Amino acid sequence: MRNLVLGSVLVALVVLAALLSFAWTPFDPVKVDATHRLLGFGASHWFGTDKFGRDLLSQLMVGARTTLYVGVVAVGIAAVIGTPLGILAGMSPRWLGEFVMRVNDLVLAFPALLLAIMFGAVFGADTLTAMVAIGIATIPSFARIARSGTLQVMSTEFVLAARAGGRSRLNIALRHVLPNISGLLIVQASVSFAIAVLAEAALSFLGFGTRPPTPSWGRMLQESQELLTVQPRLALVPGIAIAVAVLGFNLLGDGLRDRLDPRLAARG
Amino acid sequence: MTLSVRGLSVSSLVRDVSFEIGAGERVGLIGESGSGKSLTALAIMGLLPEELPASGSVVLHDRELLELSEKDLSRLRGDELAMVFQEPMTALNPAMRVGRQVTEPGRIHGRRQRAEDLLAAVGLPGTARAYPHQLSGGQRQRVVLAMALANEPSLLICDEPTTALDVTVQAQILSLIKTSLPADSALLFITHDLAVVASVCERVLVMLDGEIVEAGSTREVLTAPKHDYTRKLLDASDLEARR
Repeated sequence: MRNLVLGSVLVALVVLAALLSFAWTPFDPVKVDATHRLLGFGASHWFGTDKFGRDLLSQLMVGARTTLYVGVVAVGIAAVIGTPLGILAGMSPRWLGEFVMRVNDLVLAFPALLLAIMFGAVFGADTLTAMVAIGIATIPSFARIARSGTLQVMSTEFVLAARAGGRSRLNIALRHVLPNISGLLIVQASVSFAIAVLAEAALSFLGFGTRPPTPSWGRMLQESQELLTVQPRLALVPGIAIAVAVLGFNLLGDGLRDRLDPRLAARG
Repeated sequence: MTLSVRGLSVSSLVRDVSFEIGAGERVGLIGESGSGKSLTALAIMGLLPEELPASGSVVLHDRELLELSEKDLSRLRGDELAMVFQEPMTALNPAMRVGRQVTEPGRIHGRRQRAEDLLAAVGLPGTARAYPHQLSGGQRQRVVLAMALANEPSLLICDEPTTALDVTVQAQILSLIKTSLPADSALLFITHDLAVVASVCERVLVMLDGEIVEAGSTREVLTAPKHDYTRKLLDASDLEARR
């Protein structure tokens, strides 16, 4: 329960910042202002300004949009493709299931960042290619989790009872397997969301993600590195923002899992 | 004959099993664990695991079940054929309300039924919105029974439906099976409890190591057993003491 509350608060913080940034930011996040360069924490620029005089808080708020956008799309791609694939592999005859999983292993062997860099080289580096690449690289973990959950559910007596009741395979997959593995999937989604946020930050840091001038937490980190020893604030602010988002989604996932499982909810 | 099984074999675990059950007849299948009782039941339902194919013949109302496709079989299951499993704790989907679970066989076979009515018929009014974990073992077995009986099957197979329950609940479930099974439905009742067989079944089959070693009316088999194994079963049970 505590996880759920804390996770929700942290995620809500990021979501609110992103939503608010559509209507209002303290300053124009991309406006260069040479007279106010490298200001520290202060009353007008709360988190200070970077080497171009851009307001850090405004960049952070707009960057939250990018972060959420990437997470939602990447996890969406992975869940929508990976989950049915895993359920299919778990319910089909053994040879077909094994085949799907071996192909899955092949994709899994590709590091997400490498795939994203490759995609960036081929299709041009921007937020969209980064999201799609991270999403594709995350499919195998969903397929894997979905399959192991499916195998477990398929061996239970209630699936046998469902078949004895004349239920079709599709019906069993949708009404018996999916609800019973949703807890697993939600946890996987939250973990993947956190990984996607990190991956986007890493890609932007490497110059394969969000293109300037669109603010991104990863690129803020990258731009901070040459001034790391003089102005650690520039790295700390986006770093903490990334940590808050990652931690928030992880806690939210844990909390949701406990909450959504009717058996666990009854005890708690 | 409602059900006619001829020379049914499953790998080497069930060998050349033959029996018949008429409309309205209650037949017991007894034997120790591992004797092939449950496999026989699963073979009739067409629910054997893929690596265990069945051979022989299983005819339900002039239809050969072993030759039917999975699709045709699933049309029969839950409608003409129904089964109650041993473990009520795992026979219900933990993530689905029981009201939805009991109406599902009907919905699949195109009938509209009210969950409340089906549950009330097994003595569980007002539980439609409960999840399985909120019910006791006996209550869950009633739900399983309500699901199996929802479409008035012509053959109901009960695979040790009372083994996991305590004695008083056992008696309630047994009387529920006896009273709520339609009069012209056939019943195959699998158990290793001879007292249960004596109270439910008119005829009994004794199974040992995958074969049926004795068959006859319950009275005959339980009072004058012909096969050594049946005698041993009787000696090992406390049936005599209870009578």
